[in-house]
Amino acid sequence: MKHTISVLLQNKPGVLSRVTGLFSGRGFNIQSLSVAETLDEGISSLTLVTAGDDNIIEQITKQLHKLIDVIKVIDVSETDFVEREMVIIRVNAESHTRAEVLRIIDIFRGKVVDVSPKSYAVEITGSVSKVKAVIDILKPIGIQEIVRTGTIAMARAKKS
Amino acid sequence: MKVTGAQAMMKCLEEQGVEVIFGFPGGAVIDIYDELMKTDIQHVLVRHEQAAVHAADAYGRVKGDVGVALVTSGPGATNTVTGIASAYMDSIPIVVFTGQVPTALIGNDAFQEVDIVGITRPCTKHNYLVKNVEDLVPTIREAFHIARTGRPGPVLIDLPKDVVAAKIKFPEPKPVKMQSYRPTYEPHPGQIQKACKAMLKAKKPVVYAGGGVIASNSNEELTELAKNLHMPVTMTLMGLGGFPGTDPLSLGMLGMHGTYTANMAVANCDLLIAVGARFDDRVTGKIDAFAPNAKIIHVDIDPTSISKNVGVDIPIVADCKHALAAMNNYLRTSADFDSDDLKEKHTPFLSQIDEWKKKHPLGYIQDDEKIKPQFVVEKLHQLTKGDAIITTEVGQNQMWAAQFYHFNHPRAFMTSGGLGVMGYGFPAAIGAQMAAPDRTVIDVAGDGSIQMNIQELATARQYKCPVKIAILNNSYLGMVRQWQELFYDKRYSGTDIEVAPDFVKLAEAYGAVGLRASKPSEVEPVIKEALATNNTVIMDFVISREEGVYPMVPAGKATTEMLLV
Ligand SMILES: Cc1ncc(C[n+]2csc(CCOP(=O)(O)OP(=O)(O)O)c2C)c(N)n1
Ligand SMILES: [Mg+2]
Repeated sequence: MKHTISVLLQNKPGVLSRVTGLFSGRGFNIQSLSVAETLDEGISSLTLVTAGDDNIIEQITKQLHKLIDVIKVIDVSETDFVEREMVIIRVNAESHTRAEVLRIIDIFRGKVVDVSPKSYAVEITGSVSKVKAVIDILKPIGIQEIVRTGTIAMARAKKS
Repeated sequence: MKVTGAQAMMKCLEEQGVEVIFGFPGGAVIDIYDELMKTDIQHVLVRHEQAAVHAADAYGRVKGDVGVALVTSGPGATNTVTGIASAYMDSIPIVVFTGQVPTALIGNDAFQEVDIVGITRPCTKHNYLVKNVEDLVPTIREAFHIARTGRPGPVLIDLPKDVVAAKIKFPEPKPVKMQSYRPTYEPHPGQIQKACKAMLKAKKPVVYAGGGVIASNSNEELTELAKNLHMPVTMTLMGLGGFPGTDPLSLGMLGMHGTYTANMAVANCDLLIAVGARFDDRVTGKIDAFAPNAKIIHVDIDPTSISKNVGVDIPIVADCKHALAAMNNYLRTSADFDSDDLKEKHTPFLSQIDEWKKKHPLGYIQDDEKIKPQFVVEKLHQLTKGDAIITTEVGQNQMWAAQFYHFNHPRAFMTSGGLGVMGYGFPAAIGAQMAAPDRTVIDVAGDGSIQMNIQELATARQYKCPVKIAILNNSYLGMVRQWQELFYDKRYSGTDIEVAPDFVKLAEAYGAVGLRASKPSEVEPVIKEALATNNTVIMDFVISREEGVYPMVPAGKATTEMLLV
């Protein structure tokens, strides 16, 4: 099963390789990983998407927690959470498809961020399933290049 | 007043209570060595950096504190990796200082530069590259704190040459506080209660004690619990000495080369109480067949060890000492606890255990011709009254030492358990002897392993360490040969090491004493002479070449499928 894990860690050199080294060394898989500073520049937040049965996920969260530089580990997919990914896609846009591409992008609330005579670069943000849907629809038109941020996620606040 | 980084480091080491450092110098650490000379800390100059780490490991184990090693950059640092990995697998607290090229040169492929922090990341509990002299003292304090608390382990600090030369004002001592590292020592009371209730209910309980019992000094609490509840105890290789090996409740070691009784008891128990152990594959064998009918209680300070290999019914994350004390306390005040009742309830199981012990005791047959290795270890036990500190190399020698030297006390058995590194025993013996100058220290060695760190004879001589090396000499890489005998139709590929030095002459060449026994009748006189000699001694026991270690559970088989003698 897919899990999205959110990790707070010390923003120090080598910390990221401690995390990735743990995954490769113990044979866990990483589907995506995204990391950046928090408001406190001494602390980074990292979101990673991984898959495995309950035992593996339990080991992953415990092993992450065991790293000295890791402050907090939350399996956000155990709770109610929001996740987003951003993708920039350079898609073929020749005279007969230019309008079609724009229509599609509009439906997905995307934006054109770069224009050339034969292509558009478009930016789309959304859930993993939305990003996948955009890619599936644009594929037949011809995707030249694609760059993704990987998933970021946050647990929803308690409503009451 | 300002001091250099090297001076600050010395002050900080003294503050941490460091008395001995095992090391080997080089260009990147000359400044440190220059200051070290001016302190009261004793430096032990080894002859290979791997030995410095193994010696620090055993020194720390005997003392119950952190061992320290110091080496230079590049090759000095890479030579420590095996020692660090061994300490990591066995949760041994050590701090290793490595020299590094000046910060300005890092990343330039400078002379003797190596990314030792990168190399050792997966085999240290934590490691540091100190880039500013201001960080030096806080880093050292943090490193010792991390090494000795929680599940202990090795910590490495990489010290660029310019950092130890730079000047600072020495920061006043203050307690280490870390936002992201707070090990859990106290058990959850609810879990303790559940565990105790399960123990009171069980008809066939078995305690499975590991290295955590030694690390947390909880042998007394464990003994109290087991005796009050009349529960038999089996120990892992790392746990030997955690419960008295000669006590009637002791089942001896379990697992691949464990006793018949220990493996049968675990296979048949209805409650397994794992304390400071990690369900290693050498212990469990085929995992589905391990304690198949038992409820499992698992006490460990490291949450990752719990339910990693085997599902656990009652997990208790805590320091073993705290958890066992809490159990003893709970039982003392529990109305349901009656020691005599329990004894009666466990009698059928304990009688069954006695039968197993009688049916297949650890054994061997000693004739008049060839020395049996087990006989040598039994003689060592007898002539040292079971009171020596034993280190081992790796292989058959290690297993025979574990099986036949019935350890009654903790911190008396040093072996490389998890990594199983040949060459551990002799430097470890030196480290142990430095920690306990008045004790008898014996390295039970193989003829192959001893050659991996034989150069340390010079170290032993230089520091007048009267350690005794007992080579169980089969002219084979015996443990591998045993596997080839059993599972590869006796194709002894790469395991015959008949071409070997004359160990007696070799000892003499270093100014140590060499003795040889080739017949059973010579064993006792040789050991007696060695024990009476105030010098480093090699005892070369020429043993029956193809002797095997039994019982043996073939890898991947259920632990009840033992090959017996
Ligand atoms: C550094 C290292 N290399 C290889 C091995 C694999 N190995 C395990 S036991 C063994 C044989 C050891 O021979 P010896 O020291 O003579 O001990 P014996 O088994 O004969 O008692 C070997 C090669 C190891 N454990 N460590
Ligand atoms: Mg041998």
